[in-house]
Amino acid sequence: MPEPAPLLSVAGITKSFGGLAALTEVSLEVRRGEIFGLIGPNGAGKTTLFNVLTGLYQPDRGDFIFDGERLVGLKPHHVAAYGIARTFQNIRLFGNMSALENVMVGRHVRTRSGVFGAILRTAATRSEEAAIVRRAYELLDYVGIVQHAGGLARHLSYGDQRRLEIARALATEPLLLALDEPAAGMNATETNELKRLLEKIRGDGVTLLLIEHDVKLVMGLCDRVAVLDYGKKIAEGAPAAVRRDPAVIEAYLGGSLA
Amino acid sequence: MNPVATRRALSPRQRWLAYLVIAALLLALPFAVDALLGRAWVRIIDVALLFILLALGLNIVVGYAGLLDLGYIAFFAVGAYSYALLASPQFGIHGSFLLLLPLGALVAGVFGIVLGAPTLRLRGDYLAIVTLGFGEIIRIFLNNLNRPVNITNGPQGITLIDPLQFGGIALNQSYSVGGLTIAPVHGYYFVFLACALLAIIISLRLEDSRIGRAWVAIREDEVAASAMGINTRNIKLLAFAMGATFGGISGGLFASFQGFISPESFTLLDSIMVLCMVVLGGMGNVGGVVLGAILLTALPEALRYVGQLQQAWFGAVYIDPSDLRMLLFGLALVLMMLFRPAGLWPSSTRRREFAIEDEAGDEERANA
Repeated sequence: MPEPAPLLSVAGITKSFGGLAALTEVSLEVRRGEIFGLIGPNGAGKTTLFNVLTGLYQPDRGDFIFDGERLVGLKPHHVAAYGIARTFQNIRLFGNMSALENVMVGRHVRTRSGVFGAILRTAATRSEEAAIVRRAYELLDYVGIVQHAGGLARHLSYGDQRRLEIARALATEPLLLALDEPAAGMNATETNELKRLLEKIRGDGVTLLLIEHDVKLVMGLCDRVAVLDYGKKIAEGAPAAVRRDPAVIEAYLGGSLA
Repeated sequence: MNPVATRRALSPRQRWLAYLVIAALLLALPFAVDALLGRAWVRIIDVALLFILLALGLNIVVGYAGLLDLGYIAFFAVGAYSYALLASPQFGIHGSFLLLLPLGALVAGVFGIVLGAPTLRLRGDYLAIVTLGFGEIIRIFLNNLNRPVNITNGPQGITLIDPLQFGGIALNQSYSVGGLTIAPVHGYYFVFLACALLAIIISLRLEDSRIGRAWVAIREDEVAASAMGINTRNIKLLAFAMGATFGGISGGLFASFQGFISPESFTLLDSIMVLCMVVLGGMGNVGGVVLGAILLTALPEALRYVGQLQQAWFGAVYIDPSDLRMLLFGLALVLMMLFRPAGLWPSSTRRREFAIEDEAGDEERANA
């Protein structure tokens, strides 16, 4: 039986800043419905790869195909329209908007009302607006922070801000949700809750691409992982196999993965 | 708190009653002011209404989208000249304002996009400097477009601009209706009031819409906004265009109201004045911006009376009132910003923003 086409296939992505090679010939495949982990020491190029995939950076060379479309060279908002949504390592919410409004902004790419609809308050605009509000409440409930809907995003606790970022990203109806260190700064309980949330999202048909330092979380959650070191992919495969890979142990100085 | 809930605190009947009372007050206002303070003050109210239009336009650019524009008066100029050139003896064309006002808005909107496009990658200080330059370019163009072909009549400006006309009624004439004298300032008051109310409604509706949220999202975090699928380029240009449109309409009305315009009416100082109205009133809040426009138009006029006060108190005018009043005006601005940094009537989120920063500042001081 032939394997179904991967959701995302990255081929030979190279990106350098000045003389610094942030990514060298990175290739990997993310299959539909899986949770794919991207790990590696600090400065390995994980976030750079995310920025390339979401259109924030243009790669020097290389290609990636997402859901049958070449997305290299597109602007971030086009990438979002094709179905890649992301969160940020250093949370980037719209701080002075309410939690609800943050999620409502996420609906932007799936809605159409323009200036004239807004000024004339046409029936189409009003029903679309009502649908946006309804969906935003649903998503806040889905990630478990609906009680903070009216509060400003900047006033939420750290963990709730991470959840809000996920809700906002889900509002764009992504096929692939890319999470940049979602568990950073969380305690064990919060990390566990996050793990359950991510499994629930995967269960609802969204593929997850995850940068994470919490090795326990990665090992327990991911179906497959790729390891980056100095901008090169040094391993890819099932977590259990990857953690025994000598090159990976070398990269982590034998310490944190043992 | 859900803002909708607080707005619904009045029953529909009470709301209608409130609207009726406000409408009656607004209708009676110019005649009451005329009787109590004199016709000059009706004219000041007219100007204030034009500034409301301008300030609401700038509020879209600065308040919602967070793009600091120091050349905004250029769009006012573009609207004024579009109207003046096509409704004056300058070219012998006398178009109808029903055509010319929308045309002026359109031309200003196009200018908004043309001047906005090169600035898309700029933020904050850099954007401010470039827009300041654009504002000056427009003014200098208008000042020099009298040679080799005379288009704008240069520094002499354009005179004898047509007033607004409704059927056979020209608004630069006085009319008597049932014993009530309707002077030009009264007629223009109602036209300007209608435009200002329309601008308020449009601003409020835009604020609470998909586009308005996109503007605020860009103000808050442009990278995150683009990652959420917002086409930041188009949405920013839309803000420039919408803001410029308000300015263009206002400019056309100004030209018809004054009957005369020259490049002198559109200086950097005027741009800064409009920006002051937005910032001082309360950036991003329609009510605050309206309040700012009214106060900053009325305050310099009210301060003209310091000459009379000197005469009454000291028996002579020691300091030229025109010098003193700008001094006092500046002092008033400084005091208002010291005591109400978020504006006189800030938007609810801005108020919270400043409160947080205050708390943070206090903590830092306590820790030091």
